[in-house]
Amino acid sequence: MRHLSVFRLVVAATFLLVAVALAVPWARVPAISFLCFGLAALGLTVLMRAGQVSFGHAMYAAIGGYTVAFLARRFPGADALLLALAGVLASAVCGAVVSVFLSRYRGIFFGMLNLGISMVLVSLIGKLYTHTGGTDGLRFERPTMLGMTLSRGDFEIAMLVLVVVLALAALWLVQRYFDSAAGQLLAAIKTNETRLEYIGVSARRVLVQGYVVSAALVGLSGVLLALVQGLVTPEAGHWLRSGEYVFIAILGGSATAVGAFLGAAVFEIIKLTAAAYFTNAWQSLLGATLIAVLFFAPDGLMAARRARRKDVSS
Amino acid sequence: MNTDLLMLAVVDGLSYAGLLFLVSLGLTLICGVFGVINVAHGSLYAIGGYSAASVVMWLLPKQPSALLLVASLFVVALVVGGLLGAALRVLLLRHFQDRDPILQLLVTFAVFMVLEDVQRWLWGATPMTASEITSRLGTSDILGVTFMNYQLYLVPGVALLAFVLLQLLLRHSIAGRQIVAVIHNREVATALGIDAARVGTLTFALAGVLGALGGALSVPTTSFVPGLGAEMIVTSFAVIATAGLGQVTGALIAAVLIGVSRSIAVYTVPELEVVMPYLMMVLVLLIRPHGLFSVATARKI
Amino acid sequence: MSLPAPSLYGEPLLRTEGLTLKFGGITAADAIDFALQPGERLAVIGANGAGKTTFINICTGYIRPTHGKVFLAGRDITTLGPRQIARLGVGRSFQLPQLFQDHTVRQCLELGAVGRAGRASWFKPLAQSVDQKAVTEMLELVELQAHADERVTALPEGHRKLLDVAIALMLQPRLVIMDEPTSGVASEEKHAVMNTLMRALDERNVTSWFVEHDTDIVLKYATRVAAWIDGRIAADGKPEDVFADPVVRREVLGSK
Repeated sequence: MRHLSVFRLVVAATFLLVAVALAVPWARVPAISFLCFGLAALGLTVLMRAGQVSFGHAMYAAIGGYTVAFLARRFPGADALLLALAGVLASAVCGAVVSVFLSRYRGIFFGMLNLGISMVLVSLIGKLYTHTGGTDGLRFERPTMLGMTLSRGDFEIAMLVLVVVLALAALWLVQRYFDSAAGQLLAAIKTNETRLEYIGVSARRVLVQGYVVSAALVGLSGVLLALVQGLVTPEAGHWLRSGEYVFIAILGGSATAVGAFLGAAVFEIIKLTAAAYFTNAWQSLLGATLIAVLFFAPDGLMAARRARRKDVSS
Repeated sequence: MNTDLLMLAVVDGLSYAGLLFLVSLGLTLICGVFGVINVAHGSLYAIGGYSAASVVMWLLPKQPSALLLVASLFVVALVVGGLLGAALRVLLLRHFQDRDPILQLLVTFAVFMVLEDVQRWLWGATPMTASEITSRLGTSDILGVTFMNYQLYLVPGVALLAFVLLQLLLRHSIAGRQIVAVIHNREVATALGIDAARVGTLTFALAGVLGALGGALSVPTTSFVPGLGAEMIVTSFAVIATAGLGQVTGALIAAVLIGVSRSIAVYTVPELEVVMPYLMMVLVLLIRPHGLFSVATARKI
Repeated sequence: MSLPAPSLYGEPLLRTEGLTLKFGGITAADAIDFALQPGERLAVIGANGAGKTTFINICTGYIRPTHGKVFLAGRDITTLGPRQIARLGVGRSFQLPQLFQDHTVRQCLELGAVGRAGRASWFKPLAQSVDQKAVTEMLELVELQAHADERVTALPEGHRKLLDVAIALMLQPRLVIMDEPTSGVASEEKHAVMNTLMRALDERNVTSWFVEHDTDIVLKYATRVAAWIDGRIAADGKPEDVFADPVVRREVLGSK
């Protein structure tokens, strides 16, 4: 069964990741970063299920991160988990508000309106520097974790464990959502929205639900990254970041939840390679890779993999 | 706000609207013909501007006339915009032409990313400008306020001329009418024998010239730094979304609306400057979801 | 064939009043006054472009009329959309089958069941969140059990048409509107298909309204025929009477 082989892959990958990260201290933050990008791409995958692409979703990472920063500075004793929850809630609520307007649109309008709104937000964040620290961003003190005050090293380990647990939970829950009645309705938006309306289902409402989930996921990734770095900058919401999330989601393919993390892994490898050999050309490398993927495998890596396995088994 | 400042804001706004219109015109043409948003159009604006600045810098030691300097802007736009636009279509987008519009948008987004790097390699991060031109063209005094002739006459003039010429082209030339035919119904147009591929390349070249012209004409008044392409593509999308995708006259009106409101914001509430275009767009879309002049789409069932 | 059941309050199931649609110089519907009684089996005939599908689109809320009103069991539904009208008990199938291309036959029916239920679980898989008995029954009704787990894109045209109708029936509607339900079905099988469909509709007390070009089918299964010519209902009554009408014979049947 498809899910079983994926399950084994995920378990193996998790063990590998955690083992490496615990053994090699400098691998922890990159590992967390990889998982966070995966979470954000997962958020985009949810929307792609409905056939929609948002070019501005990084704004929810910024909302999540800045919420954490504001609250951490205002309430220095607040626990990391509480801060995280607050950040995710803020992203979800903002997503709900925005989606009421955006859910009327599809395709290009949907994608570009998201972009426009995110650019407004990011530029506001940059301009209102008395509150947001402007382009330098906001720093905040390392919060407690489950009530314990931890050293930097221990905090990183704790964050790693938290992120792994949340990523696995998200992976499972989102895949269940995809397979559920609500998730299948979401997928039906992509193929025949008119029919959906004619069976009494509000496509708009279904899309709003999906949008809130996607905003919460991207928000979560922003929250976790901010916590681990003790810093959030406007770059977290920059349209280039949104583009990276889209790229990863496409790379991994939108058919399964785990595709987002596969895409994030490949993306991380490309980034490291580019940083090592082509420091001034990493954006072009990414762009060129995206074009290649779009030409040869527009349904992403997971679909290509499944196609190969089907050929083998049949 | 006193009348002097208001007049300055309006002229500033109209000049900016002129540039915005040129760029948006290119974008809306491609959108109308192909149903695709060409994100790389922002790069054409940036590269057009950078190239123009380089050419002007090269010309200056040769003591050129003001006319030559201004003409060089147009020549650069024509060559750089036309070639780059056509190349984008022929080398790349043609291979994706029957795919999902979002997919094509993503391809143009990828091209945009590559071209951002190309700009950095060619011109680095130093601000480039061609302010010589504005100072050469002098100023005018109207009602006691001093305006730059460049902003007052040249830019709006070029924009209006482009608008008129394009309307003439679309209505009275064979190539133009073919473009209109393809916009209205690609399949029917092809059945009638119109070479949709050639129309495609022509449209992209024309759009490229317009985008690059917007950039080239911006360079005398704006300092070109990395990132301007991104800002321009999103603002011009706001213009064409407000106007209705593919609408030419609507783009002119929307550009003026957005340009002037942005300029007034700069002079009154500067923090809202970047927000203004999207604010306008959202306000319009709340009332007319597909833009001011959008056309009704055909029945599907 | 059962007689139409008398309606409780004399109120027709569906009624239009002066329904008009004009655009671009064309009158697709010209001040239509029309009433459909519960239990009727209405066949709508007419040449292509006569306005049959447009009328359906207006009555089901897909298009807003220029003038006039539509009433469903006495309730004004003129401004409602397809979703609300579906919820009020109207099922519809389309000239070009409207299916969910990325889903299987079974899943399409399951989605229909979700539509009927009005709620969708976020956690239980689709197959387990609907009444599978109803789905299986429907599969048997339209004889698509063998294809149940195939992608709809693999189905031949006739099957796609049937699936389209089946999805509408999953809503358990009281009125089902079918736009050319047997087009694409091989002529030998048309009668079998209509027989099955009509029997199922009778069992569930569903009023039916179908667009049909085959006069044999119309004569056998319809209790009433409305003939459309150029945006107007030119004749309306018992099948034998409508087919005997000279205008109908010339404009509608003659064009075959």
